[in-house]
Amino acid sequence: MATLTPAGDFRTSYRADMTIFPTRGSRLALWLGLALVAAAPLALGRYELGLLINIGIMGIAALGLNILVGFTGQISIGHAAFFGFGAFASAYAHEAWHIPVALCIPLAGIATALIGLVFGAPAARLKGLYLAIATLAAQFILEDFFARAQWFTGGVAGRITEPFALFGWVADREESFLYVVLAWIILMYLGAANLLRTRDGRALIAVRDHYLSAEMMGINLAYYRTLSFGIASFYAGIAGALYAHYLLFVSVEAFNILFSIQFLGMVIIGGLGSVMGSLMGAAFMVLLPEVVQAGADALAGGAIDRALKLGASISFLREMAVGAAIILFLIFEPDGLAHRWRLIKAYWKLYPFSH
Amino acid sequence: MPTIHAMAETAPILEARNVSLRFGGVRALTEVSFAIRQGEVFSIIGPNGAGKTSMVNCISGRYRPTEGGIWFDGSEITRVPVRRRAALGIGRTFQNLALFGHMSVLDNIMVGRHHLLRRGFLPGMVWWLGGAQREEIAHRREVEEIIDFLEIQHVRKAPAGTLSYGLRKRVELARAVALRPKLILLDEPMAGMNLEEKEDMARFILDLNEEWGMTVLMIEHDMGVVMDISHRVMVLDFGRKIAEGAPDAVLADPHVKRAYLGEADEVVRDVDEPVTA
Repeated sequence: MATLTPAGDFRTSYRADMTIFPTRGSRLALWLGLALVAAAPLALGRYELGLLINIGIMGIAALGLNILVGFTGQISIGHAAFFGFGAFASAYAHEAWHIPVALCIPLAGIATALIGLVFGAPAARLKGLYLAIATLAAQFILEDFFARAQWFTGGVAGRITEPFALFGWVADREESFLYVVLAWIILMYLGAANLLRTRDGRALIAVRDHYLSAEMMGINLAYYRTLSFGIASFYAGIAGALYAHYLLFVSVEAFNILFSIQFLGMVIIGGLGSVMGSLMGAAFMVLLPEVVQAGADALAGGAIDRALKLGASISFLREMAVGAAIILFLIFEPDGLAHRWRLIKAYWKLYPFSH
Repeated sequence: MPTIHAMAETAPILEARNVSLRFGGVRALTEVSFAIRQGEVFSIIGPNGAGKTSMVNCISGRYRPTEGGIWFDGSEITRVPVRRRAALGIGRTFQNLALFGHMSVLDNIMVGRHHLLRRGFLPGMVWWLGGAQREEIAHRREVEEIIDFLEIQHVRKAPAGTLSYGLRKRVELARAVALRPKLILLDEPMAGMNLEEKEDMARFILDLNEEWGMTVLMIEHDMGVVMDISHRVMVLDFGRKIAEGAPDAVLADPHVKRAYLGEADEVVRDVDEPVTA
């Protein structure tokens, strides 16, 4: 496959050849997208802003899982538990030690990374199905811990959290919290993109693609498999902490295995091994139920609605739509939205000479 | 025609002493000893299943010899883990292609620089601070030299998995060269190639040896190439060394003739005896 740089766009330095956004079009799209999100509070209501914030938070967690599953080729079905640990850690650090929320978020990320390293230790030796079961154990152990450690999580009653505040600016509404999430999104996505163009990022992919020759290149397999788990947990912890300070309330039952599987769904739908795909997958998973809802509303009162009782079964319909989406993507677009997006770009670039 | 007179006295860079390798009752290698001198092109030949790849796997660390030991550059490496051997100066290519299929050719070769790069994931994630960018550019320069040398400029951005067989073999060589090894192990570098590709590969191997100063250990079935570019040849049969020496001498050896023509030979006769261990 040829690389799709426009004719006449010659790279004259290695530095220019290593940029994350290679063409002027992609840089323009980046700035335009950021400007649109930054201007969103002017145009959108609180509900729609809430959706954007959710996409951002899920996007960060999904990126972490993608580094583990997509880039390193390991598996985790306990991602939601780490997400939850980040949420409780941030809330607890603020309440118990009065650390400002702005600092609690990165601290929660680091704490979750450490917990991830403990549970990720089996990842150094296990692969595939065996690792899946080991991470399943992490999911249940952490869930059980959340339910029992009342001092940490508030038990079944849950824990109230404080809003994000920085130098007197309090982000307690969607309009303001959007910018907090936006800043973290930029940081975390740049971090991942940078990681993948340096030594350790390449080592992760090498471990996935051919671990025998990776070892021959001097790559320590156990180290990188564990490291990948730590990084994935760090991303989950940051996302969880943002989630806690957005909802201002965290409760134990949110971080169950279904949530973990949703993260896997995001990564598969977005595209395994694609940084931007993680965000696309998160957007897809957050918006899909909304689309189903909108469809049900549009049909309300009609013959289909009366026959199928759409209004009463909307919650089942949402779940089914998610399941159907994952199955359809696995069959028709196993490389995810990111791959589809590349094909669309190539189509326009080469139009009308597509071959 | 390469000459070996100049290096006849140089110290061995690699020495295998009485290496035996057993898998249960299967004797893959039996008391194989040999030494490769600094600056040599050394070939291992032998019929299929003779233990050639097993020998290379012992040197690269994939297998640990059941008995005997291997010395590299003055120190014993028999028990050194595989991942540390790159830094010692051992690089290898694989018989069945072992590239990172989804990475670009460039990234594949950059993985070869792994043990020479110092910036880990933290400086890596903050590309602009901490010197990761500077380091990447410096190493990119060296990698581009290797790309020029092996004439793969036109595919440097292509995913390695999409390349033709001959090109993949060349990329694999490039990746091994990027390690800057003192000793490079080539497991059938010319298998499945056409004549022109073989000639190219032979030229690359000679250049690596003469201009880049690498010692080469090669397994190859193409006798023409082996006889043309090797300084010395070792012949394995049923896991035993049956001959070693200059290409012409080895070819004339009666044991070698018998090994290839399939006659009974007293040197390998006792392989049918049960293993006592």
